[in-house]
Amino acid sequence: MTRLLTVENLSKVYTLGGGLFGKSRELVALNDIDLTVEAGETLAVVGESGCGKTTLGRCIIKAQPSTAGRVVYHPKSGGEVELTSLNKRQIKPYRQDIRMIFQDPMSSLNPNMRVFDLVAEPLRIHRIARGQELENKVVDTLARVGIPADALGRYPHAFSGGQRQRIGIARALVLDPKLVIADEAVSALDVSIQAQVLNLLDDLKEEFGLTYIFISHDLGVVNYIADRVVVMYLGHVVETAPTEMLFERPRHPYTEMLLEALPIADPTRRKGRRPELKGEIPYLGNRPQGCPFHTRCKYAQDRCRSDKPVLRPIHGTAQSAACHFAETLDLKGAYDDAPQRTFA
Amino acid sequence: MTKPLLSVNDMAIVFTSPDEPDIEAVRQVDLTLTPGKTLALVGESGCGKSVTARAVLRLLDKNADISRGEILYDAAQDGPVDIARLDPDGLAMRSIRGAQISMIFQEPMTSLSPVHTIGNQIDEVIMLHERMSQKQARERTIALLDQVGVPGARDRANAYPFELSGGLRQRAMIAMALACTPKLLIADEPTTALDVTTQAQILDLLRQLQDDFGMAILFITHDLGVVAEVADEVAVMYLGDVVEQGDVYEVFRAPQHPYTQALMNSVPRLQRKAERQRLSPIKGTVPSPKDRPEGCAFTSRCPHAFAPCPNIRPERTEVGAGHIARCHLLTQANVEEPA
Amino acid sequence: MALDTIAPLAEETRPTRVRESQLHLMWRRFRRHQLAFVSLWIVVAFYLVAVFAEFLAPTDPGAYSARYTYAPPQGIHFFVSDENGWHFQPHVNGYTTEIDRKAMRRTFVVDSEVVIPVRFFAPSEPYLLAGFIPMSIKFIGVENPRDPFYILGADRLGRDMLSRLIHGTRISLSVGLAGVTLSLFFGIIIGGFAGFYGGWFDGAVMRVVEFIRSMPTIPLWMGLAAAMPKDWSALQTYFAITIILSLIGWTELARVVRGRFLSLRTEDFVTAAQLDGASDWRIITRHMVPSFSSHIIAAATLAIPGMILAETALSFLGLGLQAPIVSWGTLLQEAQNIRTLATAPWLLAPGICVVVVILSLNFFGDGLRDAADPHGR
Repeated sequence: MTRLLTVENLSKVYTLGGGLFGKSRELVALNDIDLTVEAGETLAVVGESGCGKTTLGRCIIKAQPSTAGRVVYHPKSGGEVELTSLNKRQIKPYRQDIRMIFQDPMSSLNPNMRVFDLVAEPLRIHRIARGQELENKVVDTLARVGIPADALGRYPHAFSGGQRQRIGIARALVLDPKLVIADEAVSALDVSIQAQVLNLLDDLKEEFGLTYIFISHDLGVVNYIADRVVVMYLGHVVETAPTEMLFERPRHPYTEMLLEALPIADPTRRKGRRPELKGEIPYLGNRPQGCPFHTRCKYAQDRCRSDKPVLRPIHGTAQSAACHFAETLDLKGAYDDAPQRTFA
Repeated sequence: MTKPLLSVNDMAIVFTSPDEPDIEAVRQVDLTLTPGKTLALVGESGCGKSVTARAVLRLLDKNADISRGEILYDAAQDGPVDIARLDPDGLAMRSIRGAQISMIFQEPMTSLSPVHTIGNQIDEVIMLHERMSQKQARERTIALLDQVGVPGARDRANAYPFELSGGLRQRAMIAMALACTPKLLIADEPTTALDVTTQAQILDLLRQLQDDFGMAILFITHDLGVVAEVADEVAVMYLGDVVEQGDVYEVFRAPQHPYTQALMNSVPRLQRKAERQRLSPIKGTVPSPKDRPEGCAFTSRCPHAFAPCPNIRPERTEVGAGHIARCHLLTQANVEEPA
Repeated sequence: MALDTIAPLAEETRPTRVRESQLHLMWRRFRRHQLAFVSLWIVVAFYLVAVFAEFLAPTDPGAYSARYTYAPPQGIHFFVSDENGWHFQPHVNGYTTEIDRKAMRRTFVVDSEVVIPVRFFAPSEPYLLAGFIPMSIKFIGVENPRDPFYILGADRLGRDMLSRLIHGTRISLSVGLAGVTLSLFFGIIIGGFAGFYGGWFDGAVMRVVEFIRSMPTIPLWMGLAAAMPKDWSALQTYFAITIILSLIGWTELARVVRGRFLSLRTEDFVTAAQLDGASDWRIITRHMVPSFSSHIIAAATLAIPGMILAETALSFLGLGLQAPIVSWGTLLQEAQNIRTLATAPWLLAPGICVVVVILSLNFFGDGLRDAADPHGR
């Protein structure tokens, strides 16, 4: 596999308040994030609200500036490009390669533009096509996502949520990108429409050789679509693992908690009472000392309250976890009959 | 079988608007709720599930009206009452609403007053329906908050809603709904705005409270996972019609209506890669109630649609013990069998 | 490739509204707002009067006649009765003079016996319509120019109130429009920069705006107006007043524009355009401005009444426009004392016009604002 993207020590700190009067406070939304994306994989970033997964996506694509760290893109032509250090003009060519799909298809489509112009806009900005060629390209792309040509002259409000999301996907794909960041791309959709869009994303990946960073809070969807998963908690990566290993045997207690809480659409696998689920995500501003998860962790020891664990590979597996006891804890997976086996 | 607490029979709700034709948002709803049981009403956005819930409490907007059917509420003392015939602002309805039937909402922030402490808001509900002094009411409030798992209930009662996290706010909302020990609790997407771990806690809490108080719960959701987790019975709604109702195990094991089947096939299953199957979504999108066929509402998207579907409304067919579905495929099988 | 991902679209085309742009939607919502819709037509009517002032006014606003000072309104009548019965003949009635011995004053009484025929599209002295179209026809006039013709009465110099009112409409309404145009120009540029780039520039601009808005306006205007050289021509004064008014007026519009920019800057579709690689200029002109132009139109409409009122107030106080320029303000100046009001209440007609126009503009602007809000129901 070839490396497509490397994220090194990426941090994002928001400064709140301040101004003329009053003291400013710092809010660490991303804390030293390291991750890699291989060409052709679907990497899922999961976590609950406020864990920083959306900020991570936006910092990678430079929709927001990051505070520290590097995001390095490895184009097919070879070499590496440090996206974080580029200015607006320098980054423009790479905007073709890295595209984004937004959560809310209503707010991400300009309500004053017709479908044709919405999809043609990226082509025009990058001066890739004009005239007949432009029209063909737009019509082809829309047809590929399932929007017929007779819809070209309509405005976004004439479409249903699912169709708007298809138009959003067409906007991302029309530039033939390499990497697509999908930020909760199916979360706002109804179940039946969500399934349509998931299948579409699957097909498009194969057809165009895409790589996805799939940001989601829904572990069921992640299990379906992802090859590898990054679990985030309070701005930290707490675990990364190939999807199946993560669901088979998580290595971080927070992952276990997420899996335990996941409702499964099968009453025979009903989980009953789960007293071990406790607490809520603390406010980002008062992150606990030591391990960020220790306040809710049922395995927490004294060490967890003082030492902050770093993300490290677990020997003998393809997993990494930021837990002092990752090797010794025997955490419960989510597959029904999960036998406790290790992967070499 | 226990006597039903609430039964909705053949209810329809019409929305009027000054410059458009009337819209029948809810066309045919039959529901039965039994004490101590949870009925999950599941469906996609716009299917009319929330409107149905609000109709039971007569909380509909001015432009909506129950045009047909009855809502029979059987509260032991003085025989069944048809809620659909009560004056929404009348004394009878007000004594039911809040005291005997109460409701919790998706976003507690918008249903709690931001300028009063949660303690005061719960006190007020208690004093409105029961003869109690302020002091007694506050004691009850603290007990309730404690029961719904608000840590440090005595202090938290003096907190304003914005000072609480999403999960605690929903707990406070539940405490308020339970203030007068209602016989029926309507929960409209109570966990949709919450994170999974918080959602799991709230679902646990609701089950716990049902065991303690023995009330019936009408649980409205779009999430089949949540249904499987909390429901005793499930009713599936599509475009204003209840298409299937039955025991949750039964419906999930053998869904009878093509819509229920399709809905279940749309949810990604938690499986290993090797067993993973491609999702089979429902084709197309939900039409507007204006374009709903006269017959079965699901006709336009149904893979099995045939001659009678667009024009004739399918009958209620009992396919198992208490398991009812409305589909021509089922009646046709019944007709053909004897032949 | 699976076919199930392609959804048939036909079933949800809503044929009536598929091709409507935002502006169409806005217009539809606006039409539903009946008060605003009626107000729109009133405003349009007033502006038409302003444009065709020379044609509509029966006489020159400066033409005076010592014979008819404070002549009361004649009204206009359409039928006369004579030996042949009733027949159509638009006319006004002449005056007879009475001497009020107690007050030692001459008063006019309309004498219905005297019929002065009136003609529509009457020939007149040649004049230039709107300053450049030569015409020699008036909308309405008397057959014999020597006859008195005061539909709305005369002022202290025997000038025709109606003609003066019509010409005053032109000045007052155009001051409002010109002032708002100027404010809009400053407001959009300054507010736009502040809203789009934010940071210290935004902070500085907003402090300046707050400072200007915290100053009492009337004394400020008075100071500025007093600083105008006395020997300036009428036209110069007119433009000076416009500039003075917009020096305050731009602040409100700058705030609106800045607010829209700030809220749009965080919209997903603007982020999406940034991620397309669009330049700032393209984002502003293609994505942001079309999204708030309707709001700006509404805000500008709501700013016009303020301008008109300000001009009226200044002129009324004698600090704004000066005679011989005719504006509602200068006209009202004539109605300042009780004696005049008691004997010639028709001098208050400009006041009625001010109230009607201001109300209409406000209703119209409110309607526009409601219609421009896509989330409004």
